Amino acid sequence: MNELIMAKYGEIALKGLNKGTFEDILVKNIRRRLRHCGKFHYMRKQSTIYIEPVGECDLDEVIEKLKVIFGIGALQRCAVFEKDFEQIKSQGVPYLENALKNAKTFKVDAKRSDKSFPMKTPEIQAELGGAILEAYPHLSVDVHNPEITVMCEIRDKGAYVSAERIIGAGGMPVGSSGKALLLLSGGIDSPVAGYMMAKRGLIVDGIHFVSPPYTSERALMKVETLCEKLTSYCGDIRFYCVPFTEIQEALRDNCPEEFFTIIMRRLMVKIANIIAERNEYGALVTGESVGQVASQTLKAIQCTDAAAEYPVFRPVIGMDKKEIIDIARKIDTFETSTLPYEDCCTVFTPKHPKTRPVFDEVIKAEQSFDFAPLIEKAVEGTTVKLFRIESKEEQE
Amino acid sequence: MIYLDNAATTKPCEQAIKAAEDAARSCFGNVSSLHRLGIESEKLMNSAKKTILKKLGLQGEIYFTSGATESNNLAIRGVADAYKRRGNRIVTTAMEHPSVARTMDYLEKLGFEIVRLSPKDAIDNFEQYIADNVTQDTILVSCMAVNNENGFKVDTEKLYRLVKNANSETVVHIDGVQGFCKVPLKGDLISLSGHKIHGFKGIGAMYCADKIRFTPLVYGGGQQKNLRPGTEPTELIASFEAAVKAYPSDLTHYSELNGYLRDRLSKMEDVYINSPDNSVYNILSFSVLGVRSEIMLHSLEEKEIYVSSGSACSKGKISSVPDAFGMNSERADSTIRVSFSMETTKEDIDALCDEIENGIARFRRTKKSRRKGNI
Repeated sequence: MNELIMAKYGEIALKGLNKGTFEDILVKNIRRRLRHCGKFHYMRKQSTIYIEPVGECDLDEVIEKLKVIFGIGALQRCAVFEKDFEQIKSQGVPYLENALKNAKTFKVDAKRSDKSFPMKTPEIQAELGGAILEAYPHLSVDVHNPEITVMCEIRDKGAYVSAERIIGAGGMPVGSSGKALLLLSGGIDSPVAGYMMAKRGLIVDGIHFVSPPYTSERALMKVETLCEKLTSYCGDIRFYCVPFTEIQEALRDNCPEEFFTIIMRRLMVKIANIIAERNEYGALVTGESVGQVASQTLKAIQCTDAAAEYPVFRPVIGMDKKEIIDIARKIDTFETSTLPYEDCCTVFTPKHPKTRPVFDEVIKAEQSFDFAPLIEKAVEGTTVKLFRIESKEEQE
Repeated sequence: MIYLDNAATTKPCEQAIKAAEDAARSCFGNVSSLHRLGIESEKLMNSAKKTILKKLGLQGEIYFTSGATESNNLAIRGVADAYKRRGNRIVTTAMEHPSVARTMDYLEKLGFEIVRLSPKDAIDNFEQYIADNVTQDTILVSCMAVNNENGFKVDTEKLYRLVKNANSETVVHIDGVQGFCKVPLKGDLISLSGHKIHGFKGIGAMYCADKIRFTPLVYGGGQQKNLRPGTEPTELIASFEAAVKAYPSDLTHYSELNGYLRDRLSKMEDVYINSPDNSVYNILSFSVLGVRSEIMLHSLEEKEIYVSSGSACSKGKISSVPDAFGMNSERADSTIRVSFSMETTKEDIDALCDEIENGIARFRRTKKSRRKGNI
């Protein structure tokens, strides 16, 4: 008896004529993620990708990997049979033992997309249900609220029996919506923002600002660890590391203290603009949430947005800290994010930052010094590292 | 490279490295083995115990541990458990290392009454202050001999005498990590660490006076009187012994360096010494007001000068020591701790001070106005 995994589409199923493009990207992503798990045969049919192992492989491991791939709505691990009901019954019922032995109620859900199969859907359900009840007398049928739903699908290529439906990561396949640059501070919010945009199919790369000696090497190591962790959701991540010390010192020496934070953020965005333009990114992503800190009030966001030449996506904008933390825990970035190292955002934090900066005043304060040469220098000094899925960082 | 963080850890000395290597090559037998190799290892271990006892100038037993964190846990939890029928009160200080402080928190949850005394309340006679808090139901006094963050010294001989006068039954535990080889130590139980005196990390010891009881933390094959079971790491024990033997007894070099550094710091504007007058000479803590510790530390690091932020009040990690000494938060935020070894030179101190002066010029520009009247 063979087993395979069906990866059922999430949103892609709703696409029209361009569905194929999305499917191609999804299959490519799946192939890449499973390359160390063994050999597989892939087939696309009826809004499902059939992943069939060729030879030995650990299907549990495969499922763990598939669970985090965006674009997959659900996963089903099934046994494959000939389209012969006797075989389905004699081998399918024992196959379900693990799933059924500790359950109390079940139902059978059949689908027959191959209409040439002699039995009709209700017949399949009744017959298979009967056989299961006979084999596992402790069970009873509950069609409304069953603990286990046994699936039996009669499709073009064969019959599939399964009791294990696993919810997938949902969203769109990474790479199907373009590229964006994520401003990573090392805090809790930005990795979550990156994760959320990857879920919508964006390729997310990271940009981070370092200010030695004001920030330590450990702060950078921490952000790199976050990038590594994000690769399991986002795929490969290019990581831009921008030297920011001179700009911050110039800022401190030339601008009024209450504007430090807001101007610093504008300068970060301006640097991100240039890097986005030179590397063909279509958007910037930040982890801002309204009202969380002084630079995340509406007035402040207006000021930073005005510096941006690209759309700025803020997927956590309406979320509470707790909601953000829940996601951070889920994607395993929380522990790393809360390591206590100074990052560039907290260097020269003013005691009383402007929470409602007036746009004209900010511009005036910023213009009191010509940052352009320093910005250019910072961009020139930017280093790039590539973090690959499941492999150690590689220097470019 | 100028290494001025010897209170964090020290560079292993050649003698320790050689002793470990020799032991690994020729003395690798299991102490518990009945054959000759086992006996050789046992001899090595006994010799190390004698060396440590001799350095302490005390009689009793030495138990080898994985380090001072374990020794502190073993002493405090071991005594609390063994003597809990006699009383419920434990007296300690507010300046202890986390391996003592967190253990006390744990015992507090178990129902012990923990009294934490701050040096700031009796800086001139802290020993007497501790003894004054010892009651009839006090089973344990635990105090560090030398504070790791600022070098503040407790006279453990005096403390021992005063506590025993107050209650002869009270057990005295001394965290001797920073004091060992530098100041005289006296206690019923004393925690020691190898890597603070140019030995290896991963080896520590607990001294125990005769007739003092404690229960073990772990159970096993009966080694070290079943109080600290586990196969004895002879290589590490050999390195520990060699480091103790190699540590010089004449420490005037430290007092000279200390005086020189204080002298140079006193010429800098808004730099304040945090170490109390009664401190060891090999540790000096000071605050460069207006420059956060971490910034100064990393800027010194760029010049390959390694110091500690002492009581880094970085996010989420706040030391209780500044408060125990009555230091305000601005001073605590800008603390730098320098700790010497015998290899430290006056030139090292000069290089350090030059860089601190450069750092002050570079980092202290905007904060000046805000600091007025706020010290």
